Amino acid sequence: MIDLVFIAIVVLGLLILFAGIRLAIGPSAPDRVVALDTINTLMVGAMILLAVYLGQTIFVDVAIVYALLSFLGTLAIAKYIGGEL
Amino acid sequence: MITTAAMICIGIGVLFNALGVIGILRFPDVYTRLHAETKMTTFGTIFLALGVVLYAGGMLMNTNDTQYLTLAIHTVIAVIALAFTNATGSHAIARAAHRSGQLPDPSVVNRLSEVKRRD
Amino acid sequence: MIRFLVTTIAAYAVYLLLTAGSGSIILWSESELIIGLCLAIIVGIASSRIFCRTGSPRMANPIRLLLLAVYAVIPLFIEMARANIDVAVRVITGNVRPGIVRVRTGMKTDLGQLILANSITLTPGTLTVDIDDASGDLFVHLINVPDDIRTKKSIEARELFSFFNIPAWIRRIAE
Repeated sequence: MIDLVFIAIVVLGLLILFAGIRLAIGPSAPDRVVALDTINTLMVGAMILLAVYLGQTIFVDVAIVYALLSFLGTLAIAKYIGGEL
Repeated sequence: MITTAAMICIGIGVLFNALGVIGILRFPDVYTRLHAETKMTTFGTIFLALGVVLYAGGMLMNTNDTQYLTLAIHTVIAVIALAFTNATGSHAIARAAHRSGQLPDPSVVNRLSEVKRRD
Repeated sequence: MIRFLVTTIAAYAVYLLLTAGSGSIILWSESELIIGLCLAIIVGIASSRIFCRTGSPRMANPIRLLLLAVYAVIPLFIEMARANIDVAVRVITGNVRPGIVRVRTGMKTDLGQLILANSITLTPGTLTVDIDDASGDLFVHLINVPDDIRTKKSIEARELFSFFNIPAWIRRIAE
């Protein structure tokens, strides 16, 4: 059971690397922001699973704060690209 | 039994996350990529969290340890925060992309560029 | 005053949710209850102007909050599942016909607009791009534009959803 959770975490890590491809090649700035947002969401999911795998509830608190702060980052970059900042 | 259901939920979540990442690599322009990103990864993460909540509920019934209650409640709060912020964030990215001059590349109709800009 | 009270109660509720299971008075320990009350009062003084900007306590009605929870669990989740399977098929086959259309909403409050825009973003092959402040219309990016929508100048929000009448639900919650 716990091994399956570990496999899921490894798959999520690989997916983060694949999203990094779009972050590297993305032709324009909004494409890169989309890839960054994907990485943030996947990271929150990986942290929730990591809390189960390690038996440490504190990881979920980190995930909540990470989700809210990454939202602020995305919003700031989007405002900058749209020329409203 | 309940851990099997939790594992199935986590499997579905990882599958949808994988499809979302394939979507952002495959789709032709930024708006369709946003479709893949914002829907599939949010749905996938909701299913991951559902699996974790089921697992925590099963362990709570077995061991009666309040640590698992905390795990379930915090996971639900994290997912609610994620669902709200993801939708709003993707709205902000789409608006920024349109204001920076990126038009939807294959598109059959575009009513927004017919409107006169306010500023 | 009503703003301060609403903000303090909301902050205290969130604090109690985050620290559930820490002690023996129902679920909480004494120190958590007292510290949480102090922090909630500080947050209420500092951010009551931002948290309820209009000053009307309409969304503090427990029936509306319950209805919001029911809305998120049943109609929104089913529409989300349908939309995700649809987009998953399009990811694999790669056939997309995107376009931006204008959608009339008929929402009277900002909160209704916000919930509708977020619901549209999370559901069937649609993504809110921009908003017309004067008329309250939304500009929605569709991943697959059907032929009958392409020729119309603007469409009703009802036509975007397939199973439930989502705009009516949101009107019942937010207005």
